[in-house]
Amino acid sequence: MPKEQANWSPYDNNGGSCFAVAGADYCVIAADTRMSTGYNILTRDTQKSVNYKCVMASSGFQADVKALQKHLAARHLIYQHQHNKQMSCPAMAQLLSNTLYYKRFFPYYSFNVLGGLDNEGKGCVFTYDAVGSYEKVGYSSQGSGSTLIMPFLDNQLKSPSPLLLPARDAVTPLAEAEAIDLVKTVFASASERDIYTGDKLEIVVINADGIRREYMDLRKD
Amino acid sequence: MKLDTTGMESAAPVWGSHNELVDEFSAAPSFELPNTTDFDGFQKEAIQMVKPAKGTTTLAFIFKEGVMVAADSRASMGGYISSQSVKKIIEINPYMLGTMAGGAADCQFWHRNLGTKCRLHELANKRRISVTGASKLFANILYSYRGIGLSVGTMIAGWDETGPGLYYVDNEGGRLKGMRFSVGSGSPYAYGVLDNGYRYDMSVEEAAELARRAIYHATFRDGASGGVASVYYVGPNGWKKLSGDDVGELHYRYYPVMPSTVEQEMVEVTGA
Repeated sequence: MPKEQANWSPYDNNGGSCFAVAGADYCVIAADTRMSTGYNILTRDTQKSVNYKCVMASSGFQADVKALQKHLAARHLIYQHQHNKQMSCPAMAQLLSNTLYYKRFFPYYSFNVLGGLDNEGKGCVFTYDAVGSYEKVGYSSQGSGSTLIMPFLDNQLKSPSPLLLPARDAVTPLAEAEAIDLVKTVFASASERDIYTGDKLEIVVINADGIRREYMDLRKD
Repeated sequence: MKLDTTGMESAAPVWGSHNELVDEFSAAPSFELPNTTDFDGFQKEAIQMVKPAKGTTTLAFIFKEGVMVAADSRASMGGYISSQSVKKIIEINPYMLGTMAGGAADCQFWHRNLGTKCRLHELANKRRISVTGASKLFANILYSYRGIGLSVGTMIAGWDETGPGLYYVDNEGGRLKGMRFSVGSGSPYAYGVLDNGYRYDMSVEEAAELARRAIYHATFRDGASGGVASVYYVGPNGWKKLSGDDVGELHYRYYPVMPSTVEQEMVEVTGA
């Protein structure tokens, strides 16, 4: 008698897109607020970003995203107790990478972008795959809409690769207001062609004055 | 033979003995495994999610003046280019480099782990670790995880007391010492150019140009390789990055567009 295979998978894909762009003295992180499973929408108002001094936005399996956020929050708190200061963005980036890799054989199904200001106050964005490989970039998008968003960003923002020698600056030359406009345009377009992206857009802006949040409505269909 | 099991300790905390969160660095990395009857099937599915960057071209060779290491910078997930600016040459310490091919996260994590081990060796023994030693440490770890699904094809290049050293180490636990290696989907193309132009007594500039050309030709013919061709040199004083060139620009530098002579010119017809 043929062996029966379990057809229960611990993973599910809740869709959604997230995106971050780094500027000379700011960083903009955005994520939509729709959570879906298959063709159903579970909620129109979920929060996909979480912040300390830097903001992490994630898409993929929201349960794993929540677990990952809790884990990072705990580690961040321990760091604050031990070092009497908040974690810097590059430090958080390395921590996130290690946290993801420690689950290498049972991965967090979470595709993340991390954005913030580095130690000199310049914007920085880190982009991750599900098991923790990461890279500092000028802009990045993850999630179901990323294949729609990335080519447009490459066209508008294509920054010189950090690997070039002599080195050229990787941050975008856009001003903060222009960058926020760009984010809104990008998500409006992604919602047109990606069924998993839409409802509302949550934008987080980090600059020298601190962190602020904005919301924008997207297509609800 | 005693297997290196520092990476394989159980994650379950012993009752009352330690706080799992705080001890994560002092203990060796320990991995949670999923509770399934079919581990391999689960891994196959999990891998689909991760789709490591197998497409790549990296190469390294020893010559009279030291070691030359070069790589492209493209990462692909299936047919989608996930990044054109991946750092595939990893700086383990100021006189040793590692190249990345296979799973990006696997290579990044274990190279960083190797850097930590090398530093601990230096502190414990008051002298730098040899390239032989570092590559052996790495190979032992990979051998311990053999069959579990890591994907790593790396070259460890460095300069130690015995001179230049180059080893190839892969996720099967294989470790080879050699003078010329190329790893990745673009390696056949790179070998063609590299083996043809190689001479032991080249100058640093000639060797760098050979490495750059080999990577360029591999990116030209292999769809999974591209981006920026980085070239590093490892000499008696450590490694130095020599160049990072976009391969698209390299193409026009090697094969500039010649304005062709016009044979027949079209002229506008006037009137009816």
